[in-house]
Amino acid sequence: MTTVVEAVDLRRTYRTTTGTFRRGSVEVEAVRGISFEIQEGELFGLLGPNGAGKTTTIKMLITLLIPTSGTARVLGHDVVEDAKWVRQHIGYVFGGDRGLYERLSALDNLRYFAELYGVDPKVQRQRIHELLELVGLSGREKERVEGYSRGMRQRLHIARGILHDPPVVFLDEPSIGVDPVGARELRSMIAGLRDAGKTVLLTTHYMFEADELCDRIAVVAHGQILAEGTPRDLKQGVAEGTVVEIEVYGIDETALAGVRAIAGVTGVTIEERDQAQVIVVQTATGAEVTQAIMARLDGVRLGRVTTREPTLEDAYVALVTDHGPAGLA
Amino acid sequence: MTRLLRTMTLGWKLHFKQESRNPFFLWIVVCTPVIYATMAYFLFQGGQKQATLVAAAVGSAMMGIWSLTTTAAAAALQRQRRLGILELLVASPTPFWATFLPITLAIATIGIYSLGTGLLYVRLLFGVPVSVDDWLAFVVAVPPTILSIGMLGFLMGSAFVRFRAAWMVGNLFEFPVWTICGFLIPLALLPGWVAPIAWVLAPTWGMNALRNAALGTSAWPDIAMCTLLSIVYAVLGGLLLKAFLRMARERATLGLT
Repeated sequence: MTTVVEAVDLRRTYRTTTGTFRRGSVEVEAVRGISFEIQEGELFGLLGPNGAGKTTTIKMLITLLIPTSGTARVLGHDVVEDAKWVRQHIGYVFGGDRGLYERLSALDNLRYFAELYGVDPKVQRQRIHELLELVGLSGREKERVEGYSRGMRQRLHIARGILHDPPVVFLDEPSIGVDPVGARELRSMIAGLRDAGKTVLLTTHYMFEADELCDRIAVVAHGQILAEGTPRDLKQGVAEGTVVEIEVYGIDETALAGVRAIAGVTGVTIEERDQAQVIVVQTATGAEVTQAIMARLDGVRLGRVTTREPTLEDAYVALVTDHGPAGLA
Repeated sequence: MTRLLRTMTLGWKLHFKQESRNPFFLWIVVCTPVIYATMAYFLFQGGQKQATLVAAAVGSAMMGIWSLTTTAAAAALQRQRRLGILELLVASPTPFWATFLPITLAIATIGIYSLGTGLLYVRLLFGVPVSVDDWLAFVVAVPPTILSIGMLGFLMGSAFVRFRAAWMVGNLFEFPVWTICGFLIPLALLPGWVAPIAWVLAPTWGMNALRNAALGTSAWPDIAMCTLLSIVYAVLGGLLLKAFLRMARERATLGLT
């Protein structure tokens, strides 16, 4: 396997100003020593909460930001020293409404970016036509983008990002704000990129998206990678056994501490759901802890109790709330 | 080189199309010259010399073009930054000067509406015939003059890439430049110390060329000087843009996210 994307101890610090009359500056470490490798044809996910450093990492890899320290290479070329070469061989797509000329048609948007990426004029028309078919915008290409829905814009973004048929594609939260049907179509398109042999780096904070699409995932929080592995590795690493969910109405910290202290319990988190709270208890393989939990919750008003297999979301929540292992990498 | 020229031409065409559809821009280019031309007409009507009135109308149109270039080019770039397009343009393999220059040129070109509006307005409302003594020189002088304004916008605009708040500075330059370049008042009437500043501003020579063509004196040296300075601006702007772009990548000012 060939390493296509390589990040070594990447760091990025932002300086922001504070105050109006007494101006000061604050340094924020957005990325704090991130290292990973993506192999050829792999779909690699960066999963993390808002502000985790995912977009900053991607912007360094696509040459828009210069790292404060560390190095990054794409297809063996340094993203700072050889930025032009890297730009020619990568595609970049981000989510949301932005990134398109609103008063121009989809066709004009694609024509312009085809020129900017040096797509041969002889094949431009054919390539644009194929991509419009692929993203389902054929017949709407002459309409102004300002009249497009968010899903249509996002599909146009993907077409724009792969116009020059790049071997590496960076997708920064591409499904953000897209309705469920549109998001499903997008996921299918992203899977199609991998099937076409492209190497893809996807950032998202949708667990099911990462679980469904990614070959490997790195969970990022506070600018650092907390864990890295296949979705299955991550799930097993955090909760090898089962997950018990108990609906409660009013619980104090003492009772929760009691649950955490039970042998076989590997993690406990609490979620607010309407009037109730749900205690999510991760357990070790083979541990039978339901009775013990009930005993510790004696006196607390209980609702439904369910047992299920661990999901990627359990792994993620455990990792980013420091209830899971420090990392699997 | 052919590819770059094709990319720049398409960039100019599409930005012209995109910005021409902006009602705010059209408001500026159509209404501003009308207001300026009214002021110019009443200022110059004492002279009763038709060529002077035409020169005043042209000057007011130039003021409109310059206003558009400083305020609207800066606003367009800020909007591209907000929309994330600026990052996409930088992330493409095309040298950024070849992407950025067509934007400022397209906006200066929209200023042609200003020229048309200014001349048509004084003709229709005040009955001033558009009498130009040397039509050939006048027509030849229009493209380099508009180009010079676009290039000055390009030179100043390079700072907009690095500094998010530079668009405000662009607005500050709106009034001084049209005064110093003699758009409304001939340079000879301004204090002597202004002259050296005016000489390094390409639009001064463009305006002189248009005025001289209207009055029947030779406009060709002014056209040559205007073109030469525009080339200097292009080179300087390109170098500055490269430096500012590197700084923008270091200091994360390309996007607003």
